Amino acid sequence: MLWIAIRMLTGDKQKFYGLLFGIAFSTLLITQQLTIFVNLLERGASGTYNVSSADVWVMDPVSRTTDVAYALPSTALDQVRGVPGVDWAVPHLRANASVRTKDGDLEGVAIIGVDDATLIGLPKGMIEGSTDVLSQPDSVIIDDVGAERMFPGQSPIGERLELNDQRAVVRGIADAIPSFTSTVVLYTKYSQALRYVPGTRNRLSFVLVGAADGIDAKSLSERIEEQTGLKAQTRDEFARDGVDFIIENTGIPLNFGITVLLGFIVGVAIVGLTFSLFIRDNIKQFGALKAIGVTNGKIAQMVAVQAGMVGMIGYGLGVLGTVGFISAFSNDPTFKGFYIPWQIPLISFAAMVLIIVLTGWIALRGVMNTEPAAVFR
Amino acid sequence: MTETGNQAERQPAIRTRGVTRDFQAGQQTIRVLHGIDLDVCPGELTYLVGESGSGKTTMISIMCGILWPTDGDVEVFGTDIYSLSDTDLVNFRLQNIGFIFQQYNLIPSIDAASNAAVPLIAQGMDRLEARERAVAMLDKLNIADQAGKLPNQLSGGQQQRVAIARALVHEPRLVVCDEPTAALDAKSGRRVMDLLREVGVAEDRSVIIVTHDNRIFDLADRILVLEDGRITHDGTDMPEDH
Ligand SMILES: Nc1ncnc2c1ncn2[C@@H]1O[C@H](COP(=O)(O)OP(=O)(O)OP(=O)(O)O)[C@@H](O)[C@H]1O
Ligand SMILES: [Mg+2]
Repeated sequence: MLWIAIRMLTGDKQKFYGLLFGIAFSTLLITQQLTIFVNLLERGASGTYNVSSADVWVMDPVSRTTDVAYALPSTALDQVRGVPGVDWAVPHLRANASVRTKDGDLEGVAIIGVDDATLIGLPKGMIEGSTDVLSQPDSVIIDDVGAERMFPGQSPIGERLELNDQRAVVRGIADAIPSFTSTVVLYTKYSQALRYVPGTRNRLSFVLVGAADGIDAKSLSERIEEQTGLKAQTRDEFARDGVDFIIENTGIPLNFGITVLLGFIVGVAIVGLTFSLFIRDNIKQFGALKAIGVTNGKIAQMVAVQAGMVGMIGYGLGVLGTVGFISAFSNDPTFKGFYIPWQIPLISFAAMVLIIVLTGWIALRGVMNTEPAAVFR
Repeated sequence: MTETGNQAERQPAIRTRGVTRDFQAGQQTIRVLHGIDLDVCPGELTYLVGESGSGKTTMISIMCGILWPTDGDVEVFGTDIYSLSDTDLVNFRLQNIGFIFQQYNLIPSIDAASNAAVPLIAQGMDRLEARERAVAMLDKLNIADQAGKLPNQLSGGQQQRVAIARALVHEPRLVVCDEPTAALDAKSGRRVMDLLREVGVAEDRSVIIVTHDNRIFDLADRILVLEDGRITHDGTDMPEDH
């Protein structure tokens, strides 16, 4: 009987494809939008994740994220270095500046000053050039997404920039996770960064700390807070802060939430309508089967198999579509580093099951309520 | 066949006692059948005729276990079918009754042989084995060569024969048909009736046919006339005034 159920379904090509389309479209929309959402959110943590060697970030108590930070007093560095359990502590400067390109355009950039001696604060990998280039005068390293944005289709190496009236030469490209706003990032030595950032107020944004062997980052951060009165966050806490900041301060969750909900509703609508039409078209056949002697339980199984088959194939297509989308755009700077967290296919699977159960149940009721005696009318 | 065979001969194929059926039409209750007492004999081709609205379809539906009577008892080959549980009644139909619907109700996406095999598949027989049996039945009905075609590739008469094959393939003891020849020309209509008699009527089996079709009245063993929910004639021929 299940074979007959499947043939009934696949035999009606138009509706079969309609059902597949509905589920696939829904799954694609939900999976793809959630994927972009999660990846975008994670970019709120990019500033933290780009500095993978820092176990603890120390900042002014009002600072919230890598990009929303209030300046620290310059004494903070020595204070932090005095806390037991701190293996090393280095200064870290983050500031915004305007840069004039060769064509005369003005572009807002982020300047990140990394420790002169250890270069802690740079992203782990380089795409072009080595980190040594920072020892040459006026050197900056640009992040890869920023390079593509500021110098589309050409190599930025050797390009001269004017940073707040100071000369800067691009000498390397870093492999960095782009920030939420995809701002161009220029890395330079801390001492050099101080020259690019005008004024005397902001001389130190963060102190980056490495924990001594055997010291756990969480307890170290608590000890730093206690002894210095500053705010100290472990890397994971601070990454989380970056994500939370985006959730709280942008309309992104709402926007994506609405799209995901729309995907679900569209799925229910297309699948529900098509499935009901399919059942209605076959109601005489189902009635005949009931008269001949197929139990309601068997009929329910048949409908379940039909719904389940549409669901599985449609879901597979939808997830494949998302994978295809993500990989097709993997070279696009906007989608750099995007991946599909394993939870997302599970969520869209649950949504798909919900759609199928809901619409299948409605359709099934129609079949169940058909009296076998109706076949003689 | 010893005991059961003898028993089947003595026992009517269908016995109804005091069968009534009411339908609700808005506020009113309409009595469509008025206490029908009837014995249908095995080995006979029985016609149920009557004017439109006289209750033929209602009667035949009650006799084959797909419509509950408001009152009265229905025994099919000795089984009081409406005292069975729902599931048992469904299984009883599956084992004992073949149906030929006026609109055939074939499944459009499976071929003729698979359509004819449906009752066997529903009984749990392996699909290919069921299909083989169905092809043999189609052969008896002279359309084995159409076994691999989809219903919409067949003519009306061919679809009709596929429907007959489906009604007979599991060798049910009772076959019921509502207006089997209405859609056919006179010649095909008679051929269908011949086939039904040939394959469906045997010592311990019977066929009941609801029909308007006076072109085939002469083929019946017994003709019952229903008027306003009562049987007004019971004989081997049609009454004069019809
Ligand atoms: N499900 C139902 N609900 C309400 N009334 C019904 C129902 N089924 C049948 N009837 C009524 O019962 C009466 C007999 O109907 P039935 O279908 O048995 O007649 P019939 O003899 O088969 O007629 P025809 O030759 O037109 O098929 C009709 O008046 C019909 O309106
Ligand atoms: Mg009728």
